[in-house]
Amino acid sequence: MMVDVPVAEVAEVELYHAKSYWTKYVFSQDAKVIAIQYGGTAVAIGLVGLVLSWLMRLQLGFPDTFAFIDATDYYQFITVHGMIMVIYLLTALFLGGFGNYLIPLMVGARDMVFPYLNMVSYWVYLCAVLILVASFFVEGGPTGAGWTLYPPQSITEGTPGSEGGIILMLVSLALFIIGFTMGGLNYVVTVLQARTRGMTLMRLPLTVWGIFVATILALLAFPALFVGCIMMTLDKLLGTSFFMPEMISLGQQLEYDGGSPILFQHLFWFFGHPEVYIVALPAFGIVSDLLAVHARKNIFGYRMMVWAIVIIGALSFVVWAHHMYVSGMHPYFGFFFATTTLIIAVPTALKVYNWVLTLWHGDIHLTQPMLFSLAFLVTFINGGITGLFLGNVTVDVPLSDTMFVVAHFHMVMGIAPLMVVFGAIYHWYPKITGRMLHEGMGKFHFWVTFLGAYTIFLPLHYIGLQGVPRRYFEFGDTAFIPDSVTTLNAFVTVVTLTVGFAQIVFFYNMWRSYKHGKVAGDNPWGATTLEWQTAETPPGHGNFGEELPLVYRWAYDFSVPGAKNDFIPQNMPPGPDTNNH
Amino acid sequence: MIVAIGLLVVLVGTVLFHVYSPWWWTPIASNWGNMDDTILLTFWITGAVFIAVMLFMVYCIYKFRHKEGRVAHYEPENTKLEVWLTSITAVGVAAMLAPGLIVWNDYVTVPEDAVEFEAIGQQWSWTFRLPGEDGKFGTVSMKDMNPDNPFGMSADDPNGQDDVLIEEDEMHLLKDQPIKALLRSVDVLHDFYVPQFRAKMDMVPGTVTYFWLTPIRTGEFEILCAELCGVGHHAMRGTVVVDEQEAYDEWLSDQATYAELVEEARIRKENETRLAMN
Amino acid sequence: MGIFHHLTRKPWLPEQSEIDNQVSGGAVALQTAKVGLRVFLFPISALFTLFLIAYLMRMSFSDWQTLHDPWLLWINTAVLVLSSLALQRSRMLVDGGEVTGMRTYFMLGGVFAFAFLGGQLAAWQQLADMGVYADTNPSHSFFYLFTALHGLHLLGGLVAWGRTVFKIKAGVDVEHLRLSVELCTIYWHYLLVVWVVMFGLLLAT
Ligand code: HEM
Ligand SMILES: [Cu+2]
Ligand SMILES: [Cu+2]
Repeated sequence: MMVDVPVAEVAEVELYHAKSYWTKYVFSQDAKVIAIQYGGTAVAIGLVGLVLSWLMRLQLGFPDTFAFIDATDYYQFITVHGMIMVIYLLTALFLGGFGNYLIPLMVGARDMVFPYLNMVSYWVYLCAVLILVASFFVEGGPTGAGWTLYPPQSITEGTPGSEGGIILMLVSLALFIIGFTMGGLNYVVTVLQARTRGMTLMRLPLTVWGIFVATILALLAFPALFVGCIMMTLDKLLGTSFFMPEMISLGQQLEYDGGSPILFQHLFWFFGHPEVYIVALPAFGIVSDLLAVHARKNIFGYRMMVWAIVIIGALSFVVWAHHMYVSGMHPYFGFFFATTTLIIAVPTALKVYNWVLTLWHGDIHLTQPMLFSLAFLVTFINGGITGLFLGNVTVDVPLSDTMFVVAHFHMVMGIAPLMVVFGAIYHWYPKITGRMLHEGMGKFHFWVTFLGAYTIFLPLHYIGLQGVPRRYFEFGDTAFIPDSVTTLNAFVTVVTLTVGFAQIVFFYNMWRSYKHGKVAGDNPWGATTLEWQTAETPPGHGNFGEELPLVYRWAYDFSVPGAKNDFIPQNMPPGPDTNNH
Repeated sequence: MIVAIGLLVVLVGTVLFHVYSPWWWTPIASNWGNMDDTILLTFWITGAVFIAVMLFMVYCIYKFRHKEGRVAHYEPENTKLEVWLTSITAVGVAAMLAPGLIVWNDYVTVPEDAVEFEAIGQQWSWTFRLPGEDGKFGTVSMKDMNPDNPFGMSADDPNGQDDVLIEEDEMHLLKDQPIKALLRSVDVLHDFYVPQFRAKMDMVPGTVTYFWLTPIRTGEFEILCAELCGVGHHAMRGTVVVDEQEAYDEWLSDQATYAELVEEARIRKENETRLAMN
Repeated sequence: MGIFHHLTRKPWLPEQSEIDNQVSGGAVALQTAKVGLRVFLFPISALFTLFLIAYLMRMSFSDWQTLHDPWLLWINTAVLVLSSLALQRSRMLVDGGEVTGMRTYFMLGGVFAFAFLGGQLAAWQQLADMGVYADTNPSHSFFYLFTALHGLHLLGGLVAWGRTVFKIKAGVDVEHLRLSVELCTIYWHYLLVVWVVMFGLLLAT
């Protein structure tokens, strides 16, 4: 059945045009350039975080060996590493990087709706990153309060960086939040308002859904961190007592009185838990699309996938205190938060089922993006399962603050999203540069990274179960910790370094393929979504050439019975070749 | 093919690692065996899911890998299947949550016959206090804390006179006696953690937190701090010794009460003044 | 609920496709800038709400002392109301195409807003004269914090106001001005509501 489709009537927006090299590549307002800037900066600071993790691992694997790492350094390393990885790398990369690149292209827009704001967003983010780095060079170094920054210790003597470092950290976070809010407005309003004709919400690729909902979460959750940062800064600088109780610090009675450290924890985790999903939801979305494209099959249960993203996003605001079971908050909260936390597991599990069911009767191409998607599934299932341990309040009591927690969150929000990041880079690199990444190097990179990362974190669960605490500079001779733990730690460190250095192959691959890779063409994977249907590759300014694409179908018309090809692009009108209408 | 085998190796390796892991929980020394049981239950349920989903994945990758001429099915959704999966998952989750909540209820409900002791954390050591014969703690305040009065006892509180003050980092507990640990901190957050007891809880300056347990075997156990509390966090150690009645009494008789300590200090001071006058 | 109904549609069905093909991309029939402002008000609301919650939680601790609100706040509130009213008036005028009248009221709104900020500073001075500083008691800390934060948001609004004034001076066309005036007005009303809620809370506790 044919439908008469009226000619395109998409309102064209006035497009900003760069006039000089500076405004084209540096102070650019083109979302694609901003995406690269965000991504590059995030990866750069992420490498700092990675090097810090090596230093920490060196200390854990070979205690008493490296004179240049003392306890002060160690605590500073874990803090900055944690903060970088969660916020400055993953949040910035998924939303600022992939969000900026993919949203306008995937919804069929020429650019973000507020390009100027978008540009400012990046520069504010860059400032935040630089201030964070600067904290290494101030007196006393960066803060060593742990990425959770709990007061009172974060601002009192006895914690590294309690003079300058913590202030720079708080300022940097505040800036990050301001910058993010500018970008976030763009992502949300672009998805709401700038879709091309025919692109209904339920035709959006899941990538957009994931980024969209994650952005909403971030817009609502980051204010909590902002509030905490401001109040803590005042406690530190003006001597207010928002969070600071009466206390004697290293023999000295401080001026503070009556404040509540637990209030900060509530604020922090009201942000901190949604933050986990701010990282996870874009990964969920992206991996759904990678699986569908490379298994040549529609994502299984698209509607359920959308609902799950929305439900998980909403529920993530009522589970925060599962990080505080043993914080001394009212014990009855435990009942409520354990229940909500385990409820959230149901939609999450459903997503997992739908991902693996997408493979069922697929036509699975084991490309790099597919491999990394599979690695995501393995690590995410593993990490999700240990989440059920820690969310279930009783089980959390013995496990909290042990290596089990470290292993859990690395698996679920460190490794799993990183696998998606890699998969996404292999998938979209051809669109961004016009060239394919080298496959052999990709395979090597995949196996070393996936097996290595899994090997690093799997055993840590078990020493955590044994009781080995986290955030310990060294274990000394603790009676219950056997020598085998030391051996294991050394082994894990060696694997860490191996995995770390294997990334050189990945970066070399990106660098080399940029010039010498196989020319990709417009749509090398046979994907349906709009970013693959651009007139040029890489897409030019304005994304779509003369006319915006019109959308005639959902994003998952793969292997449609009777169609000529095993994919039908979203902008292909019904006709003899599609044969599904 | 290689990928399917690779993932199978990961699965088998994980299971074997779990079974043969030399690292497992320490032999328990408290009544919180039911925490271990909930962990085991969770391992079983989630382990089954892990194995099932992984096997399914491996099978799919093997069976449906790309070959010339393979065409994927077109199947947008299958509501019946999704409803089934949701229900089964919900049942599994409930099966873990219910026991969890029951044990938590135990954990936060202190039995009537529990006796109290106080553990106090400071950067980076532990001290302890027992309520003494009257079973009541004297009031303390930070304002009164000084090197002569490290616990900040108020001199004129009758309840405090017989409080037993333990200024070393070793504490003794009586086997089979339910105890309620009252946790305080002088400076920053700490966390009283003895792996063999399973229980733990943060110590928060400005408030008193608690948990309870019954030691079930004698022995010496290390106390660790489980809340990052500054550069000395990893070195903040103490010892708790679980004794039979006799040994416990002996230990207790060696400890000084607040009144005794005050008296001692007074005599020392007198001697010093006398020496100085001579 | 439209959106939830929307989410139940099956986009792969041909019947659904025919409907979807005709749908234009915008979710709301509003200018993009207005949608942007509205979306922006959500994180701002989250921010102020969280402060209020923190206030209420912190209040329950024993060291809390009731704050003696400076009487000046009443006057300031009135000035802020006037500011909002003036902007509202200028918005109505610009809708009717009366550019001159709009200009007067728009300026007036900004002047009142500046007066409000001056008044808030004076209120701080009143408190400081009473020997009440930010670290005197948490209730005072919150007072200074709230007013500062609200003031900063208003100041941000005044930047937008200033740019609009600039545009008016430069004689930008009415269509363009109307949008700017409307955005300012919405934001002003919003900040008025925030202030009234905060002031009410300060009075009530
Ligand atoms: C292979 C790469 C990585 C290695 C080897 C690694 C290693 C470590 C180590 C050794 C610690 C300190 C554990 C302790 O002493 O308590 C740590 C902490 C942490 N890591 Fe990683 N990490 C890696 C990647 C990541 C990623 C991708 C994330 C992103 C979510 C991440 C997030 C964190 C966080 C949040 C902490 C806690 C910091 C704190 O305790 O305050 N890590 N990591
Ligand atoms: Cu959480
Ligand atoms: Cu401690």
